[in-house]
Amino acid sequence: MNGLSQSGLLVQQIGYQNKMFYRTPISAFFTLVFPLMLLVLFGALFGSERINELGVTVAQYFAPALAVFSAASATYTNISVGTAFQRDMGILKRIKGSPLPPWLFFAGKVGSATIVAAVAMLIMMSVGVLAYGVTIFPRTLPAAILTFLVGAACFACMGLLVAAVSPTGNAATAIANATLLPLAFLSGLFFPTTSETPQWLVTVGDIFPLKHFNDAFQATFLPNTTGAQFDWFALGYMALWGVVSLLLALRLFTWEPRSGD
Amino acid sequence: MSAIEVAGLVKRYGDFEAVRGVDLTIEEGEVFALLGPNGAGKTTTVEIMEGHRHATAGTVSVLGHDPAKAERSFKDRIGIVLQEGSVEDELTVREAINIHGGAYSRRRNTDELVEIVGLETKANARVGTLSGGQKRRLELAMGIVGEPDLIFLDEPTTGFDPSARREAWSAIDNLRALGKTILLTTHYMDEAQNLSDRVAVMADGRIVAAGTPESIGGREHATTRISFRRPGDVSMPFAARVEGDMVVVEAAAPTVDVHRITSWALEQGLELEELSVSRPSLEDIYLALTEDQ
Repeated sequence: MNGLSQSGLLVQQIGYQNKMFYRTPISAFFTLVFPLMLLVLFGALFGSERINELGVTVAQYFAPALAVFSAASATYTNISVGTAFQRDMGILKRIKGSPLPPWLFFAGKVGSATIVAAVAMLIMMSVGVLAYGVTIFPRTLPAAILTFLVGAACFACMGLLVAAVSPTGNAATAIANATLLPLAFLSGLFFPTTSETPQWLVTVGDIFPLKHFNDAFQATFLPNTTGAQFDWFALGYMALWGVVSLLLALRLFTWEPRSGD
Repeated sequence: MSAIEVAGLVKRYGDFEAVRGVDLTIEEGEVFALLGPNGAGKTTTVEIMEGHRHATAGTVSVLGHDPAKAERSFKDRIGIVLQEGSVEDELTVREAINIHGGAYSRRRNTDELVEIVGLETKANARVGTLSGGQKRRLELAMGIVGEPDLIFLDEPTTGFDPSARREAWSAIDNLRALGKTILLTTHYMDEAQNLSDRVAVMADGRIVAAGTPESIGGREHATTRISFRRPGDVSMPFAARVEGDMVVVEAAAPTVDVHRITSWALEQGLELEELSVSRPSLEDIYLALTEDQ
């Protein structure tokens, strides 16, 4: 029997990472269910109130924002934590000793995480549309999809970077959560930033890509806009973060357990 | 051509010299055991041969390749079985073999592999539900999925109960029957004795002895030891020494010496309790070689 072709290997690697995700209940819960719980919670807390500054319902604001949160969690958190724990267990070392080209392993991780992110996002938006009357605009759908893809890829690469710099799986968990959650707050994922938000918070939010991801994606779900709503600056900014993270990750990545050797 | 040729291998970590000039040749089809206490440098040596680490000095040729280059064509011909626990609990046995085997050009059939290691009834079970011995057998199957010419086994049975060790040993014996070259590290002497054609003992970064399990460290020439419980206050017409309650005779010619001792006992009407004739075990030799560490 001959070995698989490169495309065959890529499909196999993506399938492998997908299996690992769905068979790890804790990650599936935090990526797929937890953001939905937040949507239900925010819906119950704010009901049909409108967010005055944007002129949209609470759900119209939060469904896309929480979809972005799901996507970041599916890529950034899952890749960093999953990969670092696989390194702790010696799984990465075993893979490195096999003839699998390393780029295919990384591509499998990024591809799988992007698929999981797409599923999480579709679930979130479907619940938003069906249960909370969220409106989708065909005019901006291409921009929504492109923004999602670029954002997911960017956060996947950042996840690889966290995996590369984390000494252990536990450290990766701490780093991923301690960065994503505060950033989610100050990037407007859990409540809208207003004119009263302190400037330094706005500035910090502007530096990191999450706010750009959220703003660009959310903009495609706002009424009172015209055009296709491609936010080229946000897309370019996320792409830059993604490429720099990937290059650093590939440079710093190690395959062997770093503790207890 | 030899499967592995290592000359003058040195590995330094900062000021610490983990491997201090190792020379080693392993022939094709040979089962070779590298013995040594923890910290002797055997894992470092093996990991350099696998391509996981780079040598500080010396030459290393494995299947004609320089492992440090980590070429895909090299990895395609070796199988590495790491210490326990390097397989995902979430996968089934079949999935783990398929995924690990995906990139090898000479891919063995999964069902055959499952059969070789005796996991037919567990093929669709999650790895997390397997016993330690079963997991080890799965790792062996994964190690040979690419039809390797050379297999590295790192402490294949450490932490196993006796029946799991027997299981793993018989799986390794099956590999030998397939004509594979196998390099194993272990600190169990009975494992080395049972599985290997040749052994080398490492201590303090060097190989201190090498040979067959029967001859290593001058074991074949070592004197035989005859011992029995001291039979009261009788004088013995042969050179002997007393160790506690036991009388010990170092026998250069055991057949003659045993005959002389038992003839004497019969004449005296003595029953020699706990009479035994033994040669130094591999473990005795190993301990003597590594006791300075």
